[in-house]
Amino acid sequence: MFGPTLDRLAAPKFFYPFAGRLLPWLGWLAAGLLLLGAGWGLGVAPADYQQGDSYRIMFIHVPAAWLSMLTYMVMAGGAFVFLVWRMKLADMLAKCCAPLGAAFTALTLVTGSLWGKPMWGTWWAWDARLTSELVLLFLYLGLIALRGAIDEPQRAGRATALLALVGVVNIPIIHFSVEWWNTLHQPASLTRMAGPAIHPAMLTPLLLMIAGFTVYFAAVLLQRMRCEILEREQQARWLTELDAP
Amino acid sequence: MIGQVFRRELLLAWRRPGDTLLPLTFFIIVGSLFPLGVGAEPVLLRSIGPGAVWIAAVLATLLGLPRLFAADQQSGALEQLLLSPAPLALLVAVKVLAQWLTSGLPLALAAPLLALGFGLNFGDLGVLLAGLLLGTPLLNLLGAISAALTLGLRGGGALLGLLVLPLYVPVLIFGSGAVQAAALGFGAGANLSLLAAMLALALVFAPWATAAALRISLD
Repeated sequence: MFGPTLDRLAAPKFFYPFAGRLLPWLGWLAAGLLLLGAGWGLGVAPADYQQGDSYRIMFIHVPAAWLSMLTYMVMAGGAFVFLVWRMKLADMLAKCCAPLGAAFTALTLVTGSLWGKPMWGTWWAWDARLTSELVLLFLYLGLIALRGAIDEPQRAGRATALLALVGVVNIPIIHFSVEWWNTLHQPASLTRMAGPAIHPAMLTPLLLMIAGFTVYFAAVLLQRMRCEILEREQQARWLTELDAP
Repeated sequence: MIGQVFRRELLLAWRRPGDTLLPLTFFIIVGSLFPLGVGAEPVLLRSIGPGAVWIAAVLATLLGLPRLFAADQQSGALEQLLLSPAPLALLVAVKVLAQWLTSGLPLALAAPLLALGFGLNFGDLGVLLAGLLLGTPLLNLLGAISAALTLGLRGGGALLGLLVLPLYVPVLIFGSGAVQAAALGFGAGANLSLLAAMLALALVFAPWATAAALRISLD
């Protein structure tokens, strides 16, 4: 009555149709949030007194940066669950996260450099946040490459899971090392103790975009996982029965 | 058992001096490429010196990593280690220690000589040496995890570089940062303490992660 419980959901057999039912809702929600946020941010929000209109790239840049890190944490969570409880679905989650995370990271770097050119006068600076984001991209690429290099799915999953967890330890160290090393990027303005340092007229569309990106991520992740299930469970009986008319 | 593994590693390194000296030679060659590449301007050389020595050290360490487990895997000795009653993490730690003694330590000791060529003064040489003494075991410990993960994979060498170099970023930054801070008169204490803290962390976790990676690779 209340839908499948969590442990049953962990079985691909139940997850597949469940994700299928959830997907359209998430998809439409993401589309709505993104359209509303983008329309508001690009059209309605006032121009910045310092940066003019070029600050508007923030509405892409900040959500992408947020998701580049959120994806890593989701992936590492999946990796941990898979290493400890050998849950197949957690490995699929981790596998599907890696290319998404790499894409969000690349988007962050590209939009950041487009923003940096008019603001800082340079496409690229060896600044703390830029450099740690670049290293994050390398970590994602390493994870994808490692999985690609191992043929057996079980072994590939465990090896990448271990590497992802090593990366979790390393990410704060990289972050602080480059932060103390050299800094040009503006400090955080959303996650401050004293509350956000952005005017509400710009903050609302930004939050809408962040929510939109996050829901989009969830939707794409579910779709990818459904594909992954189809690929891995080709021989499974429930799948052939599902296919039958 | 632990002592025997340690003695065996040192003996193997002693019997194959070519393998052991290769990273050291590579280190010196890479280090001497920098003045050829960027020009022999003394001011420029002094400013890039610490970074250049550290990059050469990172690359030389990378060069030695695939050999850490590959030969043992081919001869079957690695499976014996896995089956032995001694904890695998401890055995791994001993292997990494032996590798550091035979390749990392000579590299750190040769570094001041190389740095003299970059025109660093004696105070900075001491800081560089201290940083490398803390940093090279860290490079070996972190590298062992990736070496174990890529064990026996096709194209393992190139993949190893991709996996391990991002992990080396903090070591490189704090290591060369120590020399730069000392040269600017800030003192190298903070950077060296951070390197030491990371080394302590890696000493606890890296052998354990490497052991887990070996179990995955030989599954």
